[in-house]
Amino acid sequence: MKITRRVFLKNGGVAMIGLSAMPSFLQRAIADTSAPNKKKLVVLFQRGAMDGLNVVVPFAEPNYYRLRPTIAIPQPTSGSQEAALDLDGFFGLHPSLQPFEQLFHSGQLAIVEAVGSPDPTRSHFDAQDFMESGTPGARSTDDGWLNRSLQGLAEEKTSAFRAVAFGPYLPLTLRGRASAIAIPDLKQFRLFGNPQVTEGGFEAMYAQTVDQALHGVGQETFEAVDSLKKLDPDNYQPENGAEYPKSRFGKSLQEIAELLKADLGMEVAFLDSSGWDNHVNEGGVQGQLANLLKDLSQGIVAFHQDLGDRMEDIVFVSMSEFGRTAHENGNRGTDHGHANCMFVMGGAVKGGKVYTQWPGMSDGQLYQDRDLAVTTDFRSVLGEIVTKHLGNSNLGSVFPGFDNDPRKFLNILKT
Amino acid sequence: MRKASVPRSRNARKPRAFGVETVRSRLDVKGLALVGVILTFAAAGAFFMWAPPAGAGKRSAAAVVGSGKKAPKSFGSLPITQLTEDEAILHALNRLAYGPRPGDVERIRQMGLEKWISQQLSFNSGDDPELDAKLDEFKTLGMSSEQLLEKYPPPNEVAKREGMAPEEYRQQMQERLQQKRQELRQEGMDPAQIQFETMPGPQRIEAELDLATIDRAIYSNRQLYEMMSNFWANHFNVNVNKGADRWLVTDYVEHTIRPRTMGKFEDLLVATAKSPAMLFYLDNWLSADPIAAQEMQAELAQRRRRFQGLFEGMTPPQPGEFPQPGGAPGRQVQAQMPPKKPERGLNENYGREVMELHTLGVNGGYTQADVIQMAECLTGWTIRAPRKDPQFFFDERIHDRSAKTVMGKKFGYGGMKDGLAALHMLARSPATAKHISFELAQHFVSDTPPQALVQRMADTFTLSDGDIRAVLRTMIYSPEFWSKEAFRAKVKTPFEVAVSAARALDLQTTASPQLAQWVGRMGEPLYQCEPPTGYADTADVWVNAGALLNRLNFALTLATNHMPGTSTDLESLLGQEAGTNAEAALSQALQDFLGGQISEQTHRTLEKELSDPQILQARLDDPVKHVNEGLIAGLVLGAPEFQRK
Repeated sequence: MKITRRVFLKNGGVAMIGLSAMPSFLQRAIADTSAPNKKKLVVLFQRGAMDGLNVVVPFAEPNYYRLRPTIAIPQPTSGSQEAALDLDGFFGLHPSLQPFEQLFHSGQLAIVEAVGSPDPTRSHFDAQDFMESGTPGARSTDDGWLNRSLQGLAEEKTSAFRAVAFGPYLPLTLRGRASAIAIPDLKQFRLFGNPQVTEGGFEAMYAQTVDQALHGVGQETFEAVDSLKKLDPDNYQPENGAEYPKSRFGKSLQEIAELLKADLGMEVAFLDSSGWDNHVNEGGVQGQLANLLKDLSQGIVAFHQDLGDRMEDIVFVSMSEFGRTAHENGNRGTDHGHANCMFVMGGAVKGGKVYTQWPGMSDGQLYQDRDLAVTTDFRSVLGEIVTKHLGNSNLGSVFPGFDNDPRKFLNILKT
Repeated sequence: MRKASVPRSRNARKPRAFGVETVRSRLDVKGLALVGVILTFAAAGAFFMWAPPAGAGKRSAAAVVGSGKKAPKSFGSLPITQLTEDEAILHALNRLAYGPRPGDVERIRQMGLEKWISQQLSFNSGDDPELDAKLDEFKTLGMSSEQLLEKYPPPNEVAKREGMAPEEYRQQMQERLQQKRQELRQEGMDPAQIQFETMPGPQRIEAELDLATIDRAIYSNRQLYEMMSNFWANHFNVNVNKGADRWLVTDYVEHTIRPRTMGKFEDLLVATAKSPAMLFYLDNWLSADPIAAQEMQAELAQRRRRFQGLFEGMTPPQPGEFPQPGGAPGRQVQAQMPPKKPERGLNENYGREVMELHTLGVNGGYTQADVIQMAECLTGWTIRAPRKDPQFFFDERIHDRSAKTVMGKKFGYGGMKDGLAALHMLARSPATAKHISFELAQHFVSDTPPQALVQRMADTFTLSDGDIRAVLRTMIYSPEFWSKEAFRAKVKTPFEVAVSAARALDLQTTASPQLAQWVGRMGEPLYQCEPPTGYADTADVWVNAGALLNRLNFALTLATNHMPGTSTDLESLLGQEAGTNAEAALSQALQDFLGGQISEQTHRTLEKELSDPQILQARLDDPVKHVNEGLIAGLVLGAPEFQRK
């Protein structure tokens, strides 16, 4: 019989024998499967279209203040207590992102500005689909860029946790041929009742079923349930004094950290956050957006702290379907726009820099006379990460129809 | 990707559809709009309002005989050629209802499938004494938003009234509720009832709406009507967690959606556009023509100076007059923290979504300029007395009076007619007919519905002025609905899993907040979809590892009577023999829950489990082995077959 990790775990191998007493070929088997790829990628999707212009603020752009009379973030030199935090003399962070300052200046955090999808849609769900599929404009794509970036790699399907979405759904980003699972709540990821009957019964039914869709998902489920038995999520202690915010976002980040530390073979993790669609009373230095940004920065900084040295192998990247109008609307909010900003964080990142070709915000420079123009395609940012970090250089299949020339990378990552 | 092929048998097209074709071709040839309109009315009247003409029945019956099977009488003129009678009845119960309850299949066989369907299509025939008794418990259903705000005021407001800090008040409330919980526990009250009785204020409103929605789906005889109500509530999605919507959604569901569920699409569209819940959710209540708003402010200021406050109270509703959400811990709530005196201007949120999601569809042919001018048409559609008695109100003073052009059509009436005429145009657009028909076909037939079916439904939609019942009838009287490809092809949504399991188990519910929570845990918290898209209707969204695990756990919890506030009597459901004979228990469960539709593999797997000591237990003083019927039922409800419908 072929000894797979699954069979081995099922028979209670690891726990019973302990690593030292284990035959060496088994030790190898475990080592192989737990760490097929040392590099990990964490992807955040900010649903609802974050207002990038109030997140990474172009405070040296006079039009910014002209277009946003009531919600603009004051200049760093304004003397105001709550002003933009200067990054490079042109851009500044929203004051709620204060925890990011240190990450940025220590070179762990990079920002891409005026980035986005070339597709002109201002529909949330179309734009999310396009960004998640990685094929702007093509509605027929039914798998996601992140899933495809795993398909190309040799070590396919080694762990039930290779690709994990933290939330109740598997997002389009992760749907596709490579196996991926969704975990709504790590603490609840087990079957009720006596495992002999319930797990045995259900597992056999889903293993036998001719229903292809349910067969596959059943297999993934039971493999994951099995491996998670050695985790103790109820008693997880973040390290290095990290304190995650008590939000859904904070909880997901903590679960990602826990799984990463457990070495269960997770290579990519996906999480999303919502509430960014601020048509009304978005707020400036305080308000709805400010609260979301507090959550964002506290979460990311806690994650960075908690993982410590492991951050050397981890890259975090964020995106949102499109930006918001350059001008504020009639209700002190903003409507659907175009370009946005992305955050890239981790040990491999050449941080401390805002990567951008700034398109400007004067009348002639705005996209369709209303939005920040896209000067960097989001796919070139992700493509660089997929190539340099995940080690998949077959970008033609990850972002089909896009000019994936590595010479056009922004070189956000160290090589 | 599954592509259902369209059967091309001679009876595939009903005479009604033939009539439509004739009308269309004449229209195409002559291109005379007036003739078209007259013919449209004639065709709609003749073909859609009544039962299919007798000729239709003969035709399809002949075709069935021709195909070698004898169609049961109960099929009437339903174009069923690929399913057996049992399959067809089960299919109807799974697709036009929330799954079979014990005895349903037999009842429909006796009554005749076509007759049952015609009952379902005419929602007035439902007589629901069992359900009505349950709904009587949910007092908030019958309350207006005004009454809800009065009875369950926002905690922050109460705190203010009582001169307390919100935190202080919240803590006091929690202590009080904790104490009440203890008392009720000592009185021996059922845990589910305690949870229900000690919810912090406004949460009770949503809990009752959730439970009413679940009970209606389980118990109502008007199953198709309930499905359509839920379909529209999802199509015209409003999120209860967005600020004031907590107090507005009950009225929205009860008085905006439900009365129009089977009526004309345009009525539904206009009613949702005017509903405080939607006006608030998609921000239109704040949208104003900036110039008109400025003028109004200036004029008001002048009058105020002149009449020294005589006109106070005439100011339009300002953002932030709405009660702040609070006392709903653990919920993501979008706070609406307003500045003191906001300027008002255009907000294009609703203008966009009404075209993209509610009517035309994302490829409906509109541009950004159309979105803006649609929003301009709807300026002034706002809410009166939002704090006290939220009602729709057209505020002429902030309406954009200039001429607007939406998709090539001019709207320059000034006043409320701009919005009504623009909505009318959207409701009548062929893109809307297609979009709505596609969504319905996706909901009722298949994730990838055959194009011919969608087109046929869209034709009916157009010819009947968006008569929802007529569109459903066209769908049900289409062979695609009854095709082998469609049979058991849809994966149930979490709500459908919960409700169909409850129906299969002949579940008895008292107020069970946990039942609603489980629907959320499986991925579909009711009335809490944040984006305006509503929940997805396709399997790819619902089928994943975490969700599956929750479905299995739900099945076990419910079937083994571990869900507080619910109970199932498996002993009487599965029959006397089942108590001591595991095989008898299993075969009855398979028959009851799945109409016997189970694969050989699953059946064999289940049979193997039966010998497990966990299922066959001997009690100490009793040598006879007793069957753990709950476990068997749970396994069947968690089987792959039960995830489909």
